[in-house]
Amino acid sequence: MASEKTTGIIVAAQGNLLTVKFTGVIRQNELVFVKTGGQSLKGEVIEINGNLAKVQVFEPTRGVRYGDTVEFDEELLSVELGPGLLQSVYDGLQNPLEDVAQEAGYFLPRGLYLSPLDREKKWAFTPSAEVGDTVERASYLGSVPEGVIEHKIMVPFRFEGKGTITEMKSAGDYTIEEEIAKIKDENGKVHSVTMSQKWPSKFPLRFGKRKYPDKPMTTGCRIIDGPFPVAKGGTFCTPGPFGAGKTVLQHQISKNAEAQVVIVVACGERAGEVVEILREFPLLDDPQTGKKLMDRTCIICNTSSMPVAARESSVYVGATIGEYYRQMGLDTLLLADSTSRWAQALREMSGRLEEIPGEEAFPAYLASRIAEFYERAGLVQNSSGDIGSLTMGGAVSPAGGNFEEPVTQATLAVVGCFMGLSRSRSDARRYPAIDPLISWSKYFDRFRETGDEELKTMVQIIHMAQQILIESDEIGKKMSVVGEEGISLDDIVLFLKGEFYDSVLLQQNAFDKVDTTCDVHRQLELAEVVGEVLDKKFSFDTRDDARSYFVDLTNEIIQWNYTAKGDSSFKQQKGAILERIREDK
Amino acid sequence: MIKAYNKIERIKGSIAQVKAEGVFLGELAQIKMKNGGSTLAEVISFDDDRVNLQIYQGTMGVSTGDQTRFLGKPMQVRFGDSLLGRVFNGSGDPIDDGPEVMEESVDIGGPSFNPARRIIPRRMVKTNIPMIDMFNTLVISQKIPIFSIPGEPYNELLARIASQTDADIIILGGMGLKYDDYEFFHQYFTNSGAMEKTCMFVHTASDPVVECLLVPDMALAVAEEFAIQDKDVLVLLTDMTAFADAGKEISISMEMVPSNRGYPGSLYSDLAARYEKAVDIDGSGSITLIAVTTMPGDDVTHPVPDNTGYITEGQFYLHNGVIDPFGSLSRLKQQVMGKVTREDHGDLANAMIRLYADAKKARDRESMGFRLSEWDQKLIKFSVMFEDKMMDLSVNLDIEDQLVLGWEILADCFEYNETGIKNEWIQKYGKWSK
Repeated sequence: MASEKTTGIIVAAQGNLLTVKFTGVIRQNELVFVKTGGQSLKGEVIEINGNLAKVQVFEPTRGVRYGDTVEFDEELLSVELGPGLLQSVYDGLQNPLEDVAQEAGYFLPRGLYLSPLDREKKWAFTPSAEVGDTVERASYLGSVPEGVIEHKIMVPFRFEGKGTITEMKSAGDYTIEEEIAKIKDENGKVHSVTMSQKWPSKFPLRFGKRKYPDKPMTTGCRIIDGPFPVAKGGTFCTPGPFGAGKTVLQHQISKNAEAQVVIVVACGERAGEVVEILREFPLLDDPQTGKKLMDRTCIICNTSSMPVAARESSVYVGATIGEYYRQMGLDTLLLADSTSRWAQALREMSGRLEEIPGEEAFPAYLASRIAEFYERAGLVQNSSGDIGSLTMGGAVSPAGGNFEEPVTQATLAVVGCFMGLSRSRSDARRYPAIDPLISWSKYFDRFRETGDEELKTMVQIIHMAQQILIESDEIGKKMSVVGEEGISLDDIVLFLKGEFYDSVLLQQNAFDKVDTTCDVHRQLELAEVVGEVLDKKFSFDTRDDARSYFVDLTNEIIQWNYTAKGDSSFKQQKGAILERIREDK
Repeated sequence: MIKAYNKIERIKGSIAQVKAEGVFLGELAQIKMKNGGSTLAEVISFDDDRVNLQIYQGTMGVSTGDQTRFLGKPMQVRFGDSLLGRVFNGSGDPIDDGPEVMEESVDIGGPSFNPARRIIPRRMVKTNIPMIDMFNTLVISQKIPIFSIPGEPYNELLARIASQTDADIIILGGMGLKYDDYEFFHQYFTNSGAMEKTCMFVHTASDPVVECLLVPDMALAVAEEFAIQDKDVLVLLTDMTAFADAGKEISISMEMVPSNRGYPGSLYSDLAARYEKAVDIDGSGSITLIAVTTMPGDDVTHPVPDNTGYITEGQFYLHNGVIDPFGSLSRLKQQVMGKVTREDHGDLANAMIRLYADAKKARDRESMGFRLSEWDQKLIKFSVMFEDKMMDLSVNLDIEDQLVLGWEILADCFEYNETGIKNEWIQKYGKWSK
């Protein structure tokens, strides 16, 4: 059906919104190429009316003329999937930025689209299916090693119904374009299969059975793994005012999270933040595999000065890649920073289309778009029985740090865990600045039932600690009104207990090489010590006595947090701490 | 071939509509006025043959019979060494009585820098101001605004930072400047000898509003060219709130749907496109960008400072003549703290800020007349010393001396185990008698 492609001409233009007069058949959201000044710019159909189509161009449109030709591509905006995605750095349209730099130097020229995956590279393919096997979409055909993971080669996701393998290549080195199998479908048509395929990014990619997320995805961050845990296949959001440490937190999670594949989507944020990942991840060791962190990471980077329309697309490209690896039975994590910039991209476009604005001029469909996006997370068992997960975390940048705004509210309605960062905590340098009094996790109570023994103990101690923290906060507020004299010594001790729990367990120094991450066993060890303090009935003579006791104890435990587990003084420090706790006071 | 059109169909705000063919988005046009003058304009949209032009000098006095000529090129700026020491307006014309500049033209608002070609900045910019060097260290290629209420000495601070650093080139973009401010910068740079490495693009409050929008693009296009030629460029933009307000004025006159307090939905992207020009080019020069954002009503949640805060790498809060230690933040400080500077720098600075935060609370208790604990009294003593010796903007000390001073203040006020600093640093750098 290689019919002539539909074409049109530009009749009106404003910003990156073009009106195109076309003849022929076109689809909503079809890709287009705008031919102008010897360049070809990618765009997308977003509105059709008679023989006029509105096209959003993903690039700056300076120089576009009346009468320039537009070619319609028939395809929707798609992601190319196959071995080689990891370690890559893409823009919001899956353009490989390293290759672009080699081709074009320092700056990002428009209209330069390169192949997302290496066409030349050979991958060591090992088949796992045989001729005669009955397969369906997403069935495994074999695998290639990609960095630290086994990259499964699957039957194309667009394959309909059941099929029979009629040809299978033997083990060997192949490029992603070479045929590795032939499959005959129910109608007798034979399909050629390679190691790569395309999938439209705005459609969820999920084949198999959804499961209930009930296992924690640890992050090495005590305030998350303790009171606000995230489940594998769950969702979370980290809204916070600027400067509260959203990005440092996201980087911490991307480094230490217990996931096999991590996708970082830098969506409309500073380029400098991506650069840290780009330059550091190839050098940092992955604590789980011992390989480099970059080996498990894919970066989608459409920073704030890059075209706004491609920003909208970037989160979908990231989600599709995450789903692709989940389909192989892997635990994947998608971090999007920030979903507010994505929402703003929607708003800019909606404004140009002159749609009736909703709250704060965001389009009325904002909430449903956000819900659809987070629904792509989940735990899925594929047809081969493997369980994979896609956990999604979005940073939100609420205007004025006010959580009442539409993006934060729409996000809170759909996520499983809310880690609210607060200005007052970051001003007081209490990092991570997740506010323990406003945050919540729906997974916390779930783990109380489904967790293993360690997790259950942890949940129990943290539950008690959180209660004390709430009371402590109340007393703190009272104290600032009536002064210390108006508070009983018992309440002072309770207040100090809350502060103590906050200082030694919730706060963590991301820039200390030991304290930066804390594995679950160590977290439990610490929680047990903290629990003992919180449980203990103290009898101090004076308020100053109580205060100095807790100052010393806090300091001692912080020093212990800074000591590596393998260090010779680790046990000794713990012993001294326990002794101090257990002596009569 | 240059086409000329003799009729203007519609005039509104700064926009004029002409019926013309074959024009392109961003094309520059010249409008010859009946009275002999002429103004530049830019194609911002077209619908069939109706072309909307944004007129740089404003539409006041433009006649329906004025002649429009399309020049077949986008807006450009002259670039070369002869720009140094000179002052231009928002259309790029000299306003300092000097000669016309004969240099190559470069496009303004050029493409974005490829993130994959960026490097992690690791060079510190020394300012000898403790609230910057010690607590919010400035780094080459950083973009950082000074958040200030109108009336604070932000232009003085800007000028002082510029003349105390060793940048190769200084480019000042002034938007909505009062004539006095413009004179201040000109004289300050002339007196400090910095003028010969400085180029200024100035839009004063009385100039047409469209030129205000062009100033940052002009300044940054020139900065980018210098940076590619291996120069470390410091760009000063004051005041970005005037820039945002100009954008608001124009978008509203174009009947665009406003998003927040009248600002266009693209405010974030508009600001980001300018700030993101800050860069450290591998093997070549750099652009460091310090801007001023005045906060109407001292409200940091106002859309301009709020969006700016998300874009920039931190901010300096100017409050009552000092840089506020709480709101201020340099996001790049970790790149140099304890790496370029002494190893204890980061922990010491954090501890001091944390104690100062506690001290603020103690002072609140004091002012409410509560009995103060021993600890409160220590904190209050600390806060007084901290304000006098470190926060005062007139303090001019090298970073090494700032660190020593910090340890001395701590030793004066606290026992070593009350600071929460690693024992290792306390033993190595602490000023407590053993």
